[in-house]
Amino acid sequence: MLMGLLNYWIVVVLMMSGLYIVIAHGNLIKKLVGLTIFQTSVFIFYISMAKIEGGSAPILADDITVYSNPLPHVLILTAIVVGIATTALGLSLVVRIKEAYGCIEEEEIQQQDNDQQAESKAEEVA
Amino acid sequence: MVVVAIAIIRMKDLFAVVMLAGIYGLLSASFFVAMDAVDVAFTEAAVGAGISTLLMLVVITMTGRDEKATRHKPLSALLIVTVTGGLLIYGTLDMPYFGSADAPIHNHISPRYINDSMQEIGVPNIVTSVLASYRAFDTFGEVVVIFTAGIGVLAMLSVGRRKEDDEEIASINDSMHEQHLVIRIVAKMLIPFIFLFALYVQFHGDFGPGGGFQAGVIFAAAIILYTMLFGLSTARKVINQTFIRLIAAIGVLLYGCVGIVSLANGGNFFDYNVLASDAIAGQHLGILLIEWGVGCTVAAVMIIIFFNFAGRRELYQHNKHSQNKESS
Repeated sequence: MLMGLLNYWIVVVLMMSGLYIVIAHGNLIKKLVGLTIFQTSVFIFYISMAKIEGGSAPILADDITVYSNPLPHVLILTAIVVGIATTALGLSLVVRIKEAYGCIEEEEIQQQDNDQQAESKAEEVA
Repeated sequence: MVVVAIAIIRMKDLFAVVMLAGIYGLLSASFFVAMDAVDVAFTEAAVGAGISTLLMLVVITMTGRDEKATRHKPLSALLIVTVTGGLLIYGTLDMPYFGSADAPIHNHISPRYINDSMQEIGVPNIVTSVLASYRAFDTFGEVVVIFTAGIGVLAMLSVGRRKEDDEEIASINDSMHEQHLVIRIVAKMLIPFIFLFALYVQFHGDFGPGGGFQAGVIFAAAIILYTMLFGLSTARKVINQTFIRLIAAIGVLLYGCVGIVSLANGGNFFDYNVLASDAIAGQHLGILLIEWGVGCTVAAVMIIIFFNFAGRRELYQHNKHSQNKESS
């Protein structure tokens, strides 16, 4: 049982470390790295499911009878490229946030927003 | 990989974090090879270890490399993560064992792909035939997502620039780039081969690992290498911005048109059998065309993304430079 499920458990550990980074760290770039780890763990999960003991890569040849499942490969192949495109979009948001706020720490941004709100409220009252 | 992931959690220096993320990508690529997923490994090696690391590095040069220590206690986060992880592991207890051939995933649709794709599509690489023919509609969606992400980055980061700014930036760059003479000459020799390899991957995708996605990423990597070594303004002269945007759009258009042509010829959307007089030739033609579409879009979008990040960075440096001048 240990060997049979070990792959999935490693996936869970990786996924949780990604999630932990996203929750616990305030730096936006670090959060994106965490998301990437989370994403890759899902890729590993799919690819592990596709593996068949003694199987070969899914490229047809005459003397091979057992192939790994090609369908998860297709899904993950496209998911990786889509993943980098969306990560790039996230990074571009980070760059714009840096330009607007001068920092990329979640707490400082929150702080600045709160200050601004308080100021505008004070103006309204006055 | 677990070790690398934990190291990433502990590190405060973002530069090291990004480098570790690159190593993590490379490790997962080798894991994919061990799991027989050669196509996936190919893509992950180019994307995870190459382009994503580069993009993050470019961003770090703009945002600073140190992470500030957070004040609040991460204990609650740790608790949530442990509980979720525990539940997920509980979930895996019901899963079929790793590598067993009678798992439900292997019994539903993949026997059809493995047994019949040679007769129906005539392409030895099953991944390619599933990607480009059986699930062409899915892949079309993915290409559109990539295209949209490219537009998003363009909208967010593209900068209008004046001519005199350009010249000043170029002069800053020249001083930077003259230092790496050896790297530049080696890269100059390598780049044609990288292009050749990208084309090989593009056209050989039917028979071995490869295809439009991988080829596009490799092609973009070659151009990014050139940009890094010779400066953005030189690269802008080589590759016209409008042209590259056009290529990205044409890729999607080509893909969609193949579907519409097969509709017009009396088949279903993306039913390539009707594209030529006999079904197998039609499949070959269809796969070739849409792989081209995918390759064009992926390469162009990656180049657009990198150019915009780098352009933003130059503007940033330029502003800093002029500020320094004023203060001195």
